[in-house]
Amino acid sequence: MDLYEYQAKDLFAAHGVPVLPGDVADTPEKARAIAEELGSTVVIKAQVKTGGRGKAGGVKLADNADDAQAKAEGILGLDIKGHITRKVLVTVASDIAEEYYFSFLLDRANRTFLAMASAEGGMDIEQLAVERPEALAKIPVNAIEGVDLAKAQEIVAAAKIPAVVAEQAADVIVKLWEAFVGEDATLVEVNPLVRDPQDKIIALDGKVTLDENAGFRHPAHADLVDQEAEDPLEAAAKAKDLNYVKLDGEVGIIGNGAGLVMSTLDVVAYAGEKHNGVKPANFLDIGGGASAEVMANGLHIILNDPAVKSVFVNVFGGITACDAVANGIVAALEILGDEATKPLVVRLDGNNVDEGRRILAEANHPLVTVVDTMDNAADKAAELAAAGV
Amino acid sequence: MAIFLTDQSKVIVQGMTGSEGTKHTGRMLKSGTNIVGGVNPKKAGTKVEIEGVSLPVFATVAEAMEATGADVSVIFVPPKFAKDAVIEAIDAGIDLAVVITEGIPVHDSAYFWAHAVAKGEGPVTPGAPRTPRTRIIGPNCPGLISPGKSNAGIIPADITGPGKIGLVSKSGTLTYQMMYELRDIGFSSAVGIGGDPIIGTTHIDALEAFEQDPETELIVMIGEIGGDAEERAAAYIKDNVTKPVVGYVAGFTAPEGKTMGHAGAIVSGSAGTAQAKKEALEAAGVKVGKTPSETAALARELFQAGN
Repeated sequence: MDLYEYQAKDLFAAHGVPVLPGDVADTPEKARAIAEELGSTVVIKAQVKTGGRGKAGGVKLADNADDAQAKAEGILGLDIKGHITRKVLVTVASDIAEEYYFSFLLDRANRTFLAMASAEGGMDIEQLAVERPEALAKIPVNAIEGVDLAKAQEIVAAAKIPAVVAEQAADVIVKLWEAFVGEDATLVEVNPLVRDPQDKIIALDGKVTLDENAGFRHPAHADLVDQEAEDPLEAAAKAKDLNYVKLDGEVGIIGNGAGLVMSTLDVVAYAGEKHNGVKPANFLDIGGGASAEVMANGLHIILNDPAVKSVFVNVFGGITACDAVANGIVAALEILGDEATKPLVVRLDGNNVDEGRRILAEANHPLVTVVDTMDNAADKAAELAAAGV
Repeated sequence: MAIFLTDQSKVIVQGMTGSEGTKHTGRMLKSGTNIVGGVNPKKAGTKVEIEGVSLPVFATVAEAMEATGADVSVIFVPPKFAKDAVIEAIDAGIDLAVVITEGIPVHDSAYFWAHAVAKGEGPVTPGAPRTPRTRIIGPNCPGLISPGKSNAGIIPADITGPGKIGLVSKSGTLTYQMMYELRDIGFSSAVGIGGDPIIGTTHIDALEAFEQDPETELIVMIGEIGGDAEERAAAYIKDNVTKPVVGYVAGFTAPEGKTMGHAGAIVSGSAGTAQAKKEALEAAGVKVGKTPSETAALARELFQAGN
């Protein structure tokens, strides 16, 4: 789960990382009240989970409370790369002497963590990595040894952060490591980490990604989910423990296993090229055990997507036998009754496939077409979706 | 031969007495796996009857190994306790730990991997490669099967039999699908390495083992979006693999920034796209299929050309 900047900064503050005072507002009036309380020049920052806010007009300075209200009014509702701004962070504006870059992240290749740091912050780090790789220090961090003061000093030295703030920076890095481990984050990024004219180190902007698998250790993380910004279908699926991602297309997809479902999306997209360019409408993995209830829950979510014109159920019977899946589909259609109105293309293969296909043939549901192979079934589902568009 | 798992393997199950553990222990026994016991400190000293076999339960992995000579552990322990279970297996010095558990926090996986490396062999100089004492497969994986010999995990054993294809895959169901498509040829071993961002055995590890395995004549490699494991595998193949390799990558149509089921399956910016992986593999001489069935057809063609 990616956090908003204000959530990341709250988390930094909780771990003793210096951030500037401020608060989040969802109305211009609240932004005004915060600015009044801060009593200085403030910066109003759009809270969206994407980069390039500044260029899109999502970050503005305000001299006083009136100005803060007006600027917040302009930013709230702003569409930044498809993300609608629902909240702004109102924070003290800082004078900046220098900008640095710092992050902790996963290093998949080396199966460990990585600290990345540079005395040249503020810019896009991917660009820096390409253009001036020598300016970006990459220091592996052992998961057991972690980051103590000595390790942090090593990172600071490698990044060539000036001596005047080296000690402070190392202290902040230790605290960021504590946040990274303590909150089960997979990314903690500070860009920029600034030195102000008084030589104080401040985390001016922050990006944090939390590991949802670690939710059992952090019950409070559930509160960080922005329910308002969630896709309603995704939220409904999550409530039913379904692994669902909404996409822009017309063919609803249900399958078992993440890899097979990803593959199904591709095969449907290829098939769609021959049928009016229809595309997959979603990712939905119902997992290994496809019981009637899970199948019904999955179909319920997909059939509630108005964009869906046909549904492709693609199951490989591994642990769950195909007859159980077929019974699940038949029972799900019974549970759904009149709600099931869109054509279903079903492809079953694997364990007990003959019995599975026999059950579906016998049920002879008017909406269900059984097709033998994944490629042909994708083609049929795309054809039906194109006809229904 | 086969890789990592042979007919000599003696397998224990950590979490055998849980519902998933019991179910899959039964399935593994039915497919001919030599299961010699289970681990559960609360039920130590008892025996559990699964599929007509009476299996002893031990308090620790070390005790189980001492009593049975086990060299493989399959781990079905829930995510909360998985880190400790894997560390216990490593400390006991087991050869192979197959971590089936889904949903382990990535900090825990990084920790047990670091622990395996710390207990490993080789130089301790920073940056130098070091071989972990215990081979870890997974987490969040279906395990591995050497058909006709042994099955450690949850891969259905009845899809196909022994043969000359080696398969390595991030995805469980795509493993089953590919085994099914090529069931007339059969497999030396099929290894599901898992879809998490940090995994113990990588594509490269499996490729290296298949290259050395005399039973394997052709390798099928299945990848998916996220990270750059496929790109690194491509570079490895170019320099080190002489056997024909056929590839498949899932997730061409996955949007940026969305996790597609597997914790590791996410396109971030321009990194981790299926297209980049396909191009890297093709540049290394790997034939890459657009769909699973096309991939199977490419594999069949290459296999028949070599036989």
